[in-house]
Amino acid sequence: MSTTHMNAHVAHDEHHDHHPAPHNVFGFWLYLMTDCLLFASVFATYAVLFMNTAGGVSSKDIFELDFVLVETAALLISSITYGFAMVCAHNRNRAGTLLWLFVTFAFGAVFICMELYEFHHLIEAGNGPQRSAFLTAFFTLVGTHGLHVTAGLIWMAILIVELLKSGFGSRTVTRLSCLSLFWHFLDVVWICVFTFVYLMGAV
Amino acid sequence: MILLLTRILSKIALAITVALLAGCQGGVLDPKGQVGIEEKQLIIVATVLMLLVVIPVIFMTLYFAWKYREGRNEIYEPKWSHSTKIETIVWAVPIVIIIILGVITWKSTHALDPYKPLKSDKEHINVQVVSLNWKWLFIYPDLGIATVNEVAFPADVPVAFNISSDGIMNSFFIPQLGSQIYAMAGMVTKVHLIANEPGTFKGFSSNFSGPGFTGMKFKAIATPNEADFDKWVAKVKASGNALTSASFAELAKDSENHPVEYFGTVKPGLFNDIVMKFMKDYGRVEILKGGPFDSKMMQEMDKLNQNGSMGHDSMSMDHGSVDHNKMKMGQESSDKMNTEADK
Amino acid sequence: MSILGKLSLHSIPYDVPILVGTFCGVVVLASIVIGLITYYKKWGVLWNDWFTSIDHKRLGIMYIVLALVMLLRGFADAMMMRLQLAFATDGGTGYLPPHHYDQIFTAHGVIMIIFMAMPFMIGLMNIVLPLQIGARDVAFPFMNNLSFWLTVGGAILINISLFIGEFAKTGWVAYPPLAGLKFSPDVGVDYYIWALQISGIGTTLTAVNFLATVFKMRAPGMKLMDMPIFTWTCTWANILIALSFPILTAVLAMLTLDRYLDFHFFTIAGGGNSMMYINLFWAWGHPEVYILVLPAFGIFSEVVSTFTGKRLFGYKSMVWATASISVLGFIVWLHHFFTMGSSANVNAFFGVATMIIAIPTGVKLFNWLFTMYRGRLRITVPVMWTLGFMVTFTIGGMTGVLLAVPGADYVLHNSLFLIAHFHNTIIGGAVFGYLAGFAFWFPKAMGFHLNVKLGKAAFWCWLIGFFLAFMPLYVLGFLGMTRRLNHTNNPQWDMWLYIALIGAFVIMAGIACQLLQLYVSFRDRKQNLDTTGDPWNGHTLEWSTASPPQVYNFAEIPTVYDIDAFTDMKEKGTAYVRKDSYAPIHMPKNTKAGMAIAGSVTIMGFALIWHIWWLAALGLLGGFISLVARAYTSDVDYYIQPDEVLRTETAHLDSNNVAKG
Repeated sequence: MSTTHMNAHVAHDEHHDHHPAPHNVFGFWLYLMTDCLLFASVFATYAVLFMNTAGGVSSKDIFELDFVLVETAALLISSITYGFAMVCAHNRNRAGTLLWLFVTFAFGAVFICMELYEFHHLIEAGNGPQRSAFLTAFFTLVGTHGLHVTAGLIWMAILIVELLKSGFGSRTVTRLSCLSLFWHFLDVVWICVFTFVYLMGAV
Repeated sequence: MILLLTRILSKIALAITVALLAGCQGGVLDPKGQVGIEEKQLIIVATVLMLLVVIPVIFMTLYFAWKYREGRNEIYEPKWSHSTKIETIVWAVPIVIIIILGVITWKSTHALDPYKPLKSDKEHINVQVVSLNWKWLFIYPDLGIATVNEVAFPADVPVAFNISSDGIMNSFFIPQLGSQIYAMAGMVTKVHLIANEPGTFKGFSSNFSGPGFTGMKFKAIATPNEADFDKWVAKVKASGNALTSASFAELAKDSENHPVEYFGTVKPGLFNDIVMKFMKDYGRVEILKGGPFDSKMMQEMDKLNQNGSMGHDSMSMDHGSVDHNKMKMGQESSDKMNTEADK
Repeated sequence: MSILGKLSLHSIPYDVPILVGTFCGVVVLASIVIGLITYYKKWGVLWNDWFTSIDHKRLGIMYIVLALVMLLRGFADAMMMRLQLAFATDGGTGYLPPHHYDQIFTAHGVIMIIFMAMPFMIGLMNIVLPLQIGARDVAFPFMNNLSFWLTVGGAILINISLFIGEFAKTGWVAYPPLAGLKFSPDVGVDYYIWALQISGIGTTLTAVNFLATVFKMRAPGMKLMDMPIFTWTCTWANILIALSFPILTAVLAMLTLDRYLDFHFFTIAGGGNSMMYINLFWAWGHPEVYILVLPAFGIFSEVVSTFTGKRLFGYKSMVWATASISVLGFIVWLHHFFTMGSSANVNAFFGVATMIIAIPTGVKLFNWLFTMYRGRLRITVPVMWTLGFMVTFTIGGMTGVLLAVPGADYVLHNSLFLIAHFHNTIIGGAVFGYLAGFAFWFPKAMGFHLNVKLGKAAFWCWLIGFFLAFMPLYVLGFLGMTRRLNHTNNPQWDMWLYIALIGAFVIMAGIACQLLQLYVSFRDRKQNLDTTGDPWNGHTLEWSTASPPQVYNFAEIPTVYDIDAFTDMKEKGTAYVRKDSYAPIHMPKNTKAGMAIAGSVTIMGFALIWHIWWLAALGLLGGFISLVARAYTSDVDYYIQPDEVLRTETAHLDSNNVAKG
């Protein structure tokens, strides 16, 4: 611990860089931990409320696994493509990074659109979040994840603009790394959502 | 301000005299029921046990501060910062105390479980309690009467209170008899109390519930014997009022400092209706079927159907039991759903 | 709906004389302050050197100023409650109707915990922690500024509720269904939600920031088990913040959805479960009390070991005791509602788990005792607070363990006994700690000493006032008096309520002494300058800097060989070494972005409270644009040149030598 630490300080002095990248990435990890707790709370809420259907639909009635599977695939693929973007970023390959970011963005957007479609469909059928505590918890859990993905997409769009306008600085790579962590984190969260909400709810 | 101060000072002088004469009348240290008496003993035992550490710590704090203050020529060891012997002792002493206290806690918590019926050679009286904004409704399901802000029972007869709320959460508390318990909408909590001697005890809500909270008081009357209790029941019956769904709706409207009211007749199953009004939203029977709580749930359901009162422990932490309490209405709502689906 | 949402002239409580009076008072006071700032032409200084500052020391001072202002507000609430309860005896209804009184006790709780204690703790941590670990700043200086302004935003919202609309009338825990739309349709709970939500996010960011600082920016040689004990306790507090505040964020968001979009998390209809709120709230709320008290424990440790001129006894025990308190603090939340009717096994488990916390806490007390043992205790103001704490807190701990016995809690829950207990631990533990830290580090942060006489007077008033104000509440709890009553009708209680009021007046005298102390010390600052930087013969690195510390903290990052790093340097003669030349120092630049973002978010919060949707959207957009703009500015840093560093260092060493003769 202390040796790496001393090295960090040496690097610090040499580059005269007030925020060496490791701080940012480490800080971002810490932030993700807090986000993890946020999701844990929402998951716990879902676990408590998912049977409280108030005479309305239950998880068995509304989940269409095929549809969600496609949605899931879109998000998982986007995670892989983001990985390619990061490989290109580390090689300072601007065009490659941009290309893979666009692909990632597209898959992420597909995911969000599908989710919005699912929500819209449910609300149209009278199964909006106001209908029962189960639907409240369902919309909130999936919606919280969806909001995170949306925020990730906005962030990605900003980084794409940054890449288009100016080239690669170490700052850009750090930001791409942070978004990468965020994106993979959301993937993991989604896998939990998919397993606990959709799979276990539908069978 | 000065006026207030003089008023205060004169009152203090008076009050000290009164207090010395009266002791701790009327509070939790003046229990009149078995549960309260045991709880008072528990408080005293736990306090004495802790004082074994607390008094030496306070004494040592002042003594060390005095003894090792600057300017006295005591031994000075600036680098002394570790002693395995002392550290073992300072960990061991609290550990031992807490182990003893932990055992006492474990045992007393089970002994004083508010859900546990009290041992007595007499049959207990059932009282259903509903907290309304801002008054207490007491229903005697076996006697078919109900009262507001007054509850009575014979001394030395255990009382089983089943408690719920029509909205805001409250806490049902008669300090001199012992344990309090929350009153929550869509849930039924239980507390078993007994009065060891006759008297009129203060009861109130001890969980803040809005503007009328302060006035949410009731009288708990322990009659000297069952004959007196029967007289009280006859008095309530003679009032002639009927508690129906309609008159309950009227009663349930917000009111503060509500006077005592008697109802000679009560719509059967009213308590259940009040609870189910909210509990019905809690689920569907199909989801639970075959689940881990299934058999337990079915038993609870049977119980529900038989005596029309709620299951034994309908509490949050025990999810299994929460769920089976939701059963009956779950069935109804699922039926309703099916008819809707058929359409 | 109008363009101003629910907001109209009727929202202004001009018919309540107390509020109109308060409003006039605030206006007069604000005019005086603004007038003085203008007269002395200090706006530029205030803006450039303070509001936009990203210097952790200045942010720390601003946090403490916020805490002191909020202390006055929260204490005014306390006085009003005590007066009401002293007037409203024997059937009288007093001068505060429930509508007003209920807001006051809610605001008192929220303000004292979220806007007094938290900023005070975070302020001290800001000033001291980076200095203690030999860092030049925190890991994310801009974020630090943002956290501060988010806290201020929350505080502004809660104070606006005095004059526009109303505050929650639910108690500071805001349990649904009472806090739900059905039973609280007014804006009060919305003020509560947004004030807590905005400041809570700021607090979470602070924790992330300081954890990154502690784990990544310690001086070379400082292993984790070499960190000063205050840094350790703050670190555990930060871990608790990072783990518990997201739960608060989530539960507040759920309450928001219930209230704004008719969701059914906690409603009694639609299958909602209000017990879940209570569980989640305390899953945050219980760790929160340890967040408040652990840093205070750290302060006492520093004070005792400094003023005995001794190493802290049982450093490792202390660290592990803090760790176990933190971990246990997470699995005891249910003791806040033993009376909810959980099974005996569940209650007993949480009861015993709670008691176990008494073990490491007891160990800490013994360790402070044995630090005094064979020391040379200088009875200074910080030491007096510490001794006062050790006596007071022991009693509070005892009553806490008593409340952890479910059988006892069944009759003491929600009574004034409970109120007495937590004030005993929060005032006698946390607040005494902060005030000890305030007196201890004041010369470090400000460069001059506090008046000792007034400091001692303040201490005695607080201590005596505390016992007078809260011991009667224990008695009242035993007498069966429940909390949050608006008026009473029991002659037996009267005497104790009067004594409590007298106690409150004595505490008021203590607060007055402190304000006077600040004024007198500031007036006489020229005579009481701390030119040494090390007024107490301190153990840790913050005392190796000047008072107030150089903007860059350390001209060269020190290397650490001992827990008491600075004592070690003084003994080896490596402290105060003069150098011929220094390297340039890289520093972050001040920025307006924190204020812009937090300001926008606060406007959004206000707009949401009043359902002014267009303004809410505008606020959100403003916050977002400011954030992106900040992310894409490259004008974020500058260098302090070697000659300037040399000048500063020489001045510090010169004044130090002069002081030492």
